[in-house]
Amino acid sequence: MLPEAVQHHTHPPALAHHFDNLEQQREAATLGMWTFLITEILFFGGLFMCYTLYRTWYPNAFEAGSHALLIWAGTTNTVVLITSSLTMALAVHAAQTGNRRLLVAFLIVTIVLGFAFLGIKSFEYYTEWVEQHVPGLNYKFEGPYAVQEQIFFSLYFVMTGLHALHMIIGIGIMAVMLWWSVRGIITTEYHNPIEIAGLYWHFVDIVWIFLFPLLYLIGRHANV
Amino acid sequence: MSEHILPKRTYYTIFFILLFCTYLTVQVSYFDLGRFNAMAALIIAAFKATLVVLFFMHVKYSSRLIWAVAASGLFWLGLLLFITMADYLTRGWQPFGSV
Repeated sequence: MLPEAVQHHTHPPALAHHFDNLEQQREAATLGMWTFLITEILFFGGLFMCYTLYRTWYPNAFEAGSHALLIWAGTTNTVVLITSSLTMALAVHAAQTGNRRLLVAFLIVTIVLGFAFLGIKSFEYYTEWVEQHVPGLNYKFEGPYAVQEQIFFSLYFVMTGLHALHMIIGIGIMAVMLWWSVRGIITTEYHNPIEIAGLYWHFVDIVWIFLFPLLYLIGRHANV
Repeated sequence: MSEHILPKRTYYTIFFILLFCTYLTVQVSYFDLGRFNAMAALIIAAFKATLVVLFFMHVKYSSRLIWAVAASGLFWLGLLLFITMADYLTRGWQPFGSV
């Protein structure tokens, strides 16, 4: 008969003892992350709802506002985020196959791309400040829709701002994942953290996939 | 572990499809299609999001429970948009008999 303390620790080190096996542990982690992501869908969903309603009421103002955004910046940022999603997926793949060097490399690239996104976004915000498109603080818009235009720009700043906040949090999470990977906490058996951090990162990418056409592209065809 | 590991090739393929869709949605937005501009943009965005969810987020290879949870997010978002718009868009309707 083994002493109780030893009996208690007969499970593999990667397995928390309240789970039957690694498979169940992994499933629980993924399920938990998805549950959180649903709340995030509805968190952003309220803003998308607001956007849909005002867009329906003031289509011309939204087209004119959309026309004022920097399309090259929005497109570049879309490409940057999609690329970061690829490197994130490859980081998860490296974790699954136990390639620690590749895992570290892909996490670093993902973080760098995250910063690139925020850099371009900051430049856009700066441009909009200079062009006086910031409602409440520094706003001047010529044209027949100047008043309703403020709703478009308010939504633009809140939606992209909330998205940028998620990017900043995502970069923080990736920094922790990088630290854990370097320290060897992440192993072939225990890579749930990388995987669910990846789920978060891809979710933030999906939000941008919708923000980009709704904000930047809706007014492109109009000669405003 | 019965974890499903996708080949890297899948990720690269999805990546290039996503890039192509981005190019497509930008190009399409320059044509005046009337109300179909918004529809085209949203269809392409939904297609891209689906690819990300199914392959990058591994939902295609996940358990039914994960499927159900992911789908329920979409369902609640649909309720939010549909019921709220059903309210706002019908507020101007007049009752029968009044002109």
